[in-house]
Amino acid sequence: MANGIRRPISPFLSVYKLQETMIMSGLHRITGMGLIVGLLLFTWWLVAAAAGPAYFAVVQGFLGFWLGKLMLFGWTFCLFYHFSNGIRHMVWDCGRSLEKESIVSSGWVMAGSAVALTLLAWVVGLLVLAAK
Amino acid sequence: MTSQSAQKSLRDPIGIARGLGAAGHGFEHWWAQRLSSIALVPLSLWFAFSMATMAGADYATVKTWLASPLNAALALLLTVIMYHHVILGVEVIMEDYIHTKSAKLISMITMKFAFIVMAAVCVVSILKVALGG
Repeated sequence: MANGIRRPISPFLSVYKLQETMIMSGLHRITGMGLIVGLLLFTWWLVAAAAGPAYFAVVQGFLGFWLGKLMLFGWTFCLFYHFSNGIRHMVWDCGRSLEKESIVSSGWVMAGSAVALTLLAWVVGLLVLAAK
Repeated sequence: MTSQSAQKSLRDPIGIARGLGAAGHGFEHWWAQRLSSIALVPLSLWFAFSMATMAGADYATVKTWLASPLNAALALLLTVIMYHHVILGVEVIMEDYIHTKSAKLISMITMKFAFIVMAAVCVVSILKVALGG
């Protein structure tokens, strides 16, 4: 402590029984950090688009390769998790649905929405690829 | 901890507190995070599903897409707002986990500079595709 006073601190992770709400909360931050990796891909992709067809082909080639696809899939999930949970946070910011039961149930709605939106985006993408 | 003296010793003199805590800036940071979140709701849906519909697209298709004024404008907004949102988020993470004042300051400055450079690179790339021949 900066001023030498031992302040009471809030209990940390180690003293809690594992609960779905804490996993969901932790995942919001973890997916947020995952989105930074996505942001690097986004930047690289835009640089390639500005660089011209030869370099763009290199980036598209990487994204089409299994590692690239895995990263894109991870990015999609991180995006839609952070997206859905972000909306849940905004509902809380309005002072709504803060009771214990609704926090747990809205958490499952959020998780369902994250998975559903991820699958939807990939079904669209794969259908577009198959139609080529 | 319940004795009067222990209670009293936990109180910071205002002179110590000043400049160390949120001290008036907390609301702006919090609000900027929410405002950018709201803007990112439609922008990220637009981007994710645009990318999905362009899966495996060749250079000419992507270039035509990004060169359209609406897509270029939305891509610019997405870039600026997303980088702003990322800076705000990483700032909170650094505040939570980096406890040394000097390390915190250096990390924050490096992080902000790096993200701003990357955002600038994105903006120039979009403009080059949208305005260049």
